[in-house]
Amino acid sequence: MSTNNSAIAVKQLSVTLGNRHILHDISVSIPVGKVTTLIGPNGCGKSTLLRSMIGYISSPSECVTIFDKPLSSYSQNKLARQMAFLPQVPNMPKDMTVEELVYCGRYPYQNWWKNTAKEDREIVDYALSITKTDHLRHQLIPSLSGGERQRVWIAMALAQEPKLLVLDEPTTYLDINHQLEIMELLKRLNKEQGLTVLMVLHDLTQAVQYSDYMAVIKAGHLIAAGDTKDITSDSLFKEVFSVDVQVDNFDNKPYVRVKGLL
Amino acid sequence: MASINERKAFRLSVIFILLIAVIACMIISLIWGSTPVSLAEIWRTLWADELTDTASQIIWNIRLPRNIVAALVGACLAVSGAILQAVMKNPLADPQIVGVSSGAGLAGVIVLILFPGYDYIVPLVAFLGAMGAALMVYALAWKNGVRPSRIILAGVAVAAFLGSGISALLVFYGDRVQGALLWMVGGLSARSWPQVEVLFPYAMIGLFLACLGAKRLTILSLGDETAKGLGLKVEQTRFMMTAVAALLAAGAVSIAGLIGFVGLVIPHMLRLIIGNDYAYLLPGSALLGAFVLVVSDTVGRVLMSPIEIPVGIIMAFFGAPFFLYLLRRDS
Repeated sequence: MSTNNSAIAVKQLSVTLGNRHILHDISVSIPVGKVTTLIGPNGCGKSTLLRSMIGYISSPSECVTIFDKPLSSYSQNKLARQMAFLPQVPNMPKDMTVEELVYCGRYPYQNWWKNTAKEDREIVDYALSITKTDHLRHQLIPSLSGGERQRVWIAMALAQEPKLLVLDEPTTYLDINHQLEIMELLKRLNKEQGLTVLMVLHDLTQAVQYSDYMAVIKAGHLIAAGDTKDITSDSLFKEVFSVDVQVDNFDNKPYVRVKGLL
Repeated sequence: MASINERKAFRLSVIFILLIAVIACMIISLIWGSTPVSLAEIWRTLWADELTDTASQIIWNIRLPRNIVAALVGACLAVSGAILQAVMKNPLADPQIVGVSSGAGLAGVIVLILFPGYDYIVPLVAFLGAMGAALMVYALAWKNGVRPSRIILAGVAVAAFLGSGISALLVFYGDRVQGALLWMVGGLSARSWPQVEVLFPYAMIGLFLACLGAKRLTILSLGDETAKGLGLKVEQTRFMMTAVAALLAAGAVSIAGLIGFVGLVIPHMLRLIIGNDYAYLLPGSALLGAFVLVVSDTVGRVLMSPIEIPVGIIMAFFGAPFFLYLLRRDS
């Protein structure tokens, strides 16, 4: 898989909701086969950017391309076979078992004229095992812990066999152990399966630790975009987040220490 | 803790039991009444070439068609309610509560009063009225997406508005209300084969389309964003399934008038038993709706015989407290 191609490319995107300008002239390209994080302070427009990138907020059609084709050329169903999206707080189905929910991920492939049962079962089994939720298979969704539930949602997304997984703050409401568990899982899916991951995170430390590529946004403007190790610097984060940080290097990888307010 | 296959088997067996229950209650309803008939007479009538005695006439011309109408009306209203609950994201939705039935009612009354002689287009016009009311509720409730509470409030407002239209027509055209009034009362007395013939195609088409859309409704219940991510055309699904719900409600209203609470109570009882998978919930609702309406109508016929209690009154008597129970539980 070539890393020169972009999974999602945005050109000169501006978004206005009501009479508020949320995004100003943003051009950024999300590389294939990497973990990319959109990061910035609350209300900077990172969530809006994510949603515009995947067609959840309508934008001028020529602005966004997915796997080098215009977003508008995809049908909803075709897009669902290329890309899976997990919203920040998905509706919790009250009486579905884990297995039934993960089966929903097969929806884009199901047709009334085609029997896909065998293939569906294999892929659901794979999705359950790779997210280590196999043992939860017959449990009802509401009986799961927050961390388990998030892994199950990821399993459902994987059942879509996406090339690109898009997540909006996947670790919100989780304790630190489960946050890292989710980040490790995403990293592993990226390394082992070549899955392209694009997410919004608000935790600076985790973003730097787990992503290959970052796009930094402040007040609707793209401040920086590039490989994490190239763009990570004390001054960048001081400027964007107004906090005092120190970037250290371990094993040739940057780690961010947040020392306090500026 | 049960596997998918065990859960499917359980749901299918519930549906099978409901099917048996519908058949059983229809047979019992044929037997009971101001003139009791025997099973043997029913059997003979079903296979007879002509109706020779009083018993067979009662069975064939009165009780059987009325039974069928009751079953179809119950099925239509229950499935309509289940669909509206899904597309409006509201457990309290029901064709009457959200104004869909009133839309069908007003349109029907307009035809019956202003264009007498065009009775046969009543179901079609009622469908347009029902659809119009549904769209009006959406338009009023829409503000950056639909919120459950706003849907109910908008529905109550639309139902009241359209209801006042019905009342106004009845007052202004006092000399012509006879037919319309009978139609409005919400009962099944004197419903016979002609009504079966009108309702049957609407019910079958509606129920068929509803079952086709069942999977979509299940996906929709995961939330709009997740459903969209799974490749569902969310707004298109919403619109089409609202149309199906309006068709079913209009069919039922054209024949039986305004019967409330079936669409609210039936899907809920079933959700408690077999869950929210619409592939099972819709057929199950159709059967349970048929069962409850046949039983209620029979009770209404027999309880104070020879006086009949309209089935609409019986449904409201049991349905209204259930509505209040849901309201309290959900908040």
